[in-house]
Amino acid sequence: MISARALGRSFGAKRVLRDLDLELGEHELLLVTGPNGSGKSTLLALCAGLLAPTQGELEVAVDRGRIGYLAHEPLVYRELTALENLDLYGRLYRVPERRERIGMLLERYGLWESRRERVATFSRGMQQRLALCRTLLHEPDLLLLDEPFAGLDEPGAALLDAELEALAGERTLVLATHDPERVVPLATERLALA
Amino acid sequence: MSYLADVGTLARKDLLLELRSRDTVPAMLLFVVSTLVVFNFALPAGASDEAAYGLLWAALVFTAILGLTRAFAAEREQRVLDGLVLAPADRSAIWLGKAIAVVAFLALAEVVALPAFALFFEPVGWELVAAVALASVGLAVVGTLLAAMAAASRARELLLPLLFLPLVIPIVVGGVGASIADDPGRYLGFLALYDLIFAILSWASFEYVVTE
Amino acid sequence: MLAAAAAGLLLVGIALAFYWVPNAPDEGFRQRIFYIHVPVALTAYACFFWAAWKALRLLWTRDQRYDLESYTAVHMGVIFGILTLVTGSIWARTSWGVWWTWSERQLVLFLVLFLFYSAYFMLRYSVDPGPRRASMSAVYALFGVVLIPVSFLAIRLSEELIHPVVFTRDVNSNLAGSQLLTVSVCFAGMLALAGALYVNELTGKRVDERLRELREALS
Repeated sequence: MISARALGRSFGAKRVLRDLDLELGEHELLLVTGPNGSGKSTLLALCAGLLAPTQGELEVAVDRGRIGYLAHEPLVYRELTALENLDLYGRLYRVPERRERIGMLLERYGLWESRRERVATFSRGMQQRLALCRTLLHEPDLLLLDEPFAGLDEPGAALLDAELEALAGERTLVLATHDPERVVPLATERLALA
Repeated sequence: MSYLADVGTLARKDLLLELRSRDTVPAMLLFVVSTLVVFNFALPAGASDEAAYGLLWAALVFTAILGLTRAFAAEREQRVLDGLVLAPADRSAIWLGKAIAVVAFLALAEVVALPAFALFFEPVGWELVAAVALASVGLAVVGTLLAAMAAASRARELLLPLLFLPLVIPIVVGGVGASIADDPGRYLGFLALYDLIFAILSWASFEYVVTE
Repeated sequence: MLAAAAAGLLLVGIALAFYWVPNAPDEGFRQRIFYIHVPVALTAYACFFWAAWKALRLLWTRDQRYDLESYTAVHMGVIFGILTLVTGSIWARTSWGVWWTWSERQLVLFLVLFLFYSAYFMLRYSVDPGPRRASMSAVYALFGVVLIPVSFLAIRLSEELIHPVVFTRDVNSNLAGSQLLTVSVCFAGMLALAGALYVNELTGKRVDERLRELREALS
């Protein structure tokens, strides 16, 4: 699904990723670890197609519409409500039975009560949950998750654990995280960036 | 056609955002009227009637810049643009939806500016209204693309006017011409031509401005 | 080699311009700046079109090599554009005694283009180097080339509105054979000069790039 050869990415003079080789097949789970600034987010952004490689080659054999990307930022409009944000993405991703799917996700992640509130009023944890809803909305084949546990409280983290367990083996995942212990049992491959 | 549906979704989103935050349009309204008042003091006593029309067009262009500076503000602040770009929708739909919203905001500003102009300076004929309508399309079409470029830069608000002004000189010519010339039709035709050419160019190249 | 050709052609061209060509009717010796001005202007256009072509190639193939080529061409275009404005100003001074006139279409067009392409540099300076900057610069370069005819049309339309046509000159009508030859030789020389400068700057920049890559790989 993902194939990288001597992949590198520079930002101006600063080289963030260097000479990376990677092969990831379907239904695998790649765990990416490394300190801050090691290029985890950059790698995910490259796989999502938001950045182009500056060195080497990268091939992601998945259509744009089948990729789910969870970034550092929730990528939602602060002035729109949770419902409006998900409806927007639902339409753009042509999600079938959009309303039901949105309702189901909001319910599952404990946001149903706040669905008509503006994201600006959400706590960090709630925003992260909404971001997860956004990522999972269209049932993507490839999930790129950048620090998915960041900002989540215990109940939220438990929900995410359950979700990951359900997804591992069903979909392909690339997960970047600071504290890998939760994910290690699910990982089929590991990549440690320096 | 799902493309038009996407454009509709995105345009509706932009209008809704403005309705919620109400920061761009009121500023544009106040700005255009303030500018017209400043121009009253800027015009010397013996200035021709026609000079006022020129100043109207200057006011409209600068008001457009004000509005366009905010065009991608929400997308930039929360990096939502990444989310939109990743969607399977055609990227040009982002541009078109946004441009439609910008035209709407400009139209609202003009609904206030034209009567104010008629009150303070000179009468407003149908040619002027037609020119303003055509010019708004041109300003929005080019401005939306440039606003996306500026949003991706470090200089942001500073960069947009620099990129924008040389490109809209033809619009000013067309607009002023339609306002004061004996044969406004030529100038209106020119504005329409400008709109067509730059709409196509912006539509086709927006993809390359927001992706790598 | 280009440099040699440029030097040769320019020497011949200038000699022709100042010694051989007869005085244009109703104009004095000082009018001969025309033989520099027009070729320089045409060369600037050529540079901008070259830059747009390279920009198109970049967007088509996403090959980053074209970014530097497009940028260098724009750089050359701006240099020749400034020269156009300067020689045009001198020409206006010798013909009509003013340093600037809005009734000279080419001059006004070049002023607009100068503003436009200066903004190109502002764009480049305020975006971090990388594929994104390359795409945006390329799109902007394409806009520039589309702006040339549109602006020219606008300027023509504006003449009846803004400033009465005070000075007239039938520049492009009935160029005598000798004049045409001189302009052509000078044009060829200027093109060769632009080409030589372009290759020179491009090579220099590529060496810089390579040096940076090597330094970075070693660290």
